[in-house]
Amino acid sequence: MNIPRKKQQEMLWTMILSRKFSDSLVELCRIEGKIPGMMILSTGQEAVGSGVCAALKQDDVIITNHRSHHHLLAKGADPKGLMAEIFCKKTGCNKGKSGTLHLTVPEVNAPCTTTVVGATLPIAVGRAFAQQYTQEQAVTVCFFGDGAADEGSFHEALNLAALWQLPVIFVCENNLYAGAQRYEEHTRVKDMAERARAYDMPGIIVDGNDAPAVYQAALEARQRALDGQGPTLMECKTYRCRGHGEQDPQHYQPRDEIRAWQEKCPIPRLSNMLIASGIINSAELQEMESMAESIVQEAVRFAEESPYPEPREALEDVYV
Amino acid sequence: MQKLGMGQAVNQALKEEMQRDPNVFIAGEGVGVSIHVNPMFPTHGLLEEFGPGRVKDTPVSEAAIAGLAVGAAEAGLKPVVEIMFNPFFTLASDMIVNHAAKLRYLSGGKSSFPLVVRIKSGAGFGAGCQHSHNLEAWTAHCPGLKVVMPATAADAKGLLKSAIRDDNPVIFIEHMGLYFAPMPVPEQEYLTPLGQADIKRQGRDLTVVTWSGMLGVAMGAAEKLSQEGIEMEIVDLRTLTPLDRETILTSVEKTGRLIVLHEATRTGGFGGEIAAVVMEEGFRYLKAPLRRVTGPDIPVPASPPLEKFYIPDQNDLIKAAREIM
Repeated sequence: MNIPRKKQQEMLWTMILSRKFSDSLVELCRIEGKIPGMMILSTGQEAVGSGVCAALKQDDVIITNHRSHHHLLAKGADPKGLMAEIFCKKTGCNKGKSGTLHLTVPEVNAPCTTTVVGATLPIAVGRAFAQQYTQEQAVTVCFFGDGAADEGSFHEALNLAALWQLPVIFVCENNLYAGAQRYEEHTRVKDMAERARAYDMPGIIVDGNDAPAVYQAALEARQRALDGQGPTLMECKTYRCRGHGEQDPQHYQPRDEIRAWQEKCPIPRLSNMLIASGIINSAELQEMESMAESIVQEAVRFAEESPYPEPREALEDVYV
Repeated sequence: MQKLGMGQAVNQALKEEMQRDPNVFIAGEGVGVSIHVNPMFPTHGLLEEFGPGRVKDTPVSEAAIAGLAVGAAEAGLKPVVEIMFNPFFTLASDMIVNHAAKLRYLSGGKSSFPLVVRIKSGAGFGAGCQHSHNLEAWTAHCPGLKVVMPATAADAKGLLKSAIRDDNPVIFIEHMGLYFAPMPVPEQEYLTPLGQADIKRQGRDLTVVTWSGMLGVAMGAAEKLSQEGIEMEIVDLRTLTPLDRETILTSVEKTGRLIVLHEATRTGGFGGEIAAVVMEEGFRYLKAPLRRVTGPDIPVPASPPLEKFYIPDQNDLIKAAREIM
């Protein structure tokens, strides 16, 4: 695998930024009155967002789900706009209408984050259809969890995407848990990628904690899509290191299982590899970490200092 | 003037808009090759004219059909997708209710979803309740959607063209009972604005607010009552949301009496909304209690005498009118 140095650095950088972003929210969401609503974090799953998005070009589209922060940051969303939206402030990327769960950033071609499990798939099919219809040289990536693959919409979407050979990459971020259900408790199918065969599309299994492997698989899937060879189902095997949301005590996740996966954390895995191969040195790694830290701190400061929207702004943006 | 069934009028609207704008495409079950080869049907002949790239026959996958519309609309295309029968709306409803209607709001106004969902509707075919169920009140209950229900072929054509050009998601419900009765339709290009009711008959004594398949019932009853010296004013709502309150209230101010007539079932029906608007904003005009004439609170039955019992008819309306005169 011959991945350009810049791409490898980019993946490490977006993973570090995502982790700092999540870590700050772990603390902030526990402060009474600070952040409204739920808090769903992607800690430990960063390689999926970073690996996939590194394989994309600006014109490519992502459609994402409730666990979206790492996808959006990797696609290039402005951390300040995201953080302010998570704080539900007027300066947020959606003016406080979406909050943390539905962050929408059309300016980086992330036009839909939906929390209805399984809903990303039919929408991604529509977005990819538009790319095919207008003969745009671009693809749509659809992120979803293993739980979403049990929804009817998964099957309708994969069937239609394969039938019409749409330029879409279905990225199943299999983090082993759907709510409180472990993977084996919600399906008998050992690998989610296996379901691709039912729709006559390639089903690829990737180590979801290995950013370069995710990148490589996404790059190949993207090329197939651009070549008119239709969709790919890519199963990225990873782990939900935190609860479904931050209020979740994770009593059903064995402690040693969590610890074992924390040891497989994708960030040191890539940074050690890049240091060993001389692509970065440890000073540069430290530099990345402190830069990410200051970007996140600045985003939090911006969010905290921003005003809430005026109550009557609730009435705006329903219709064009 | 040409005479067309409503299906043919819809067909003309689709054809004109597809000729005008290459971003307009249609998709659904049997919109290209159909089990019905009938020139009175809305998508007849479009596949031959525009080809399979723009007339997309889909698998039997309502969620995917609606999702196709949402995703494609976000990209700037103008999808017009079809849900074959109104009860199948349930299978598409997550995409329409949670996504088409809400994603603009969730984006803080950054995105728009210029799509049309055409739904075939209406009782009277002996098809039973899983093919006949008027669910317009469900969609009218969702902020972010516009809901259009034409009662004439001419309105269907002008309203559908406006719906396709509207930048919001529009639910366009066609009563199949109107597909087969030829009605005058202007030949030149025209647009009928969304959100404007139309007074189909002037009258001084009693306002009937109705839409879709019930307009014919109202017009027939009005002619009969006219012979008794009772003049009904018929307001054809045409668009449920946005609701044209002004036309309703102006008419009730003039007549002092109101009946809302719809084919859908009574409880939670859109007639209740009209009644509430008039009670809140026009109570002082009323000389008598307002009335609703609707389908009863039962599923639409299959057997012809039972289905006939279900569908409100001229006698039901005349009886209600006499009671409040």
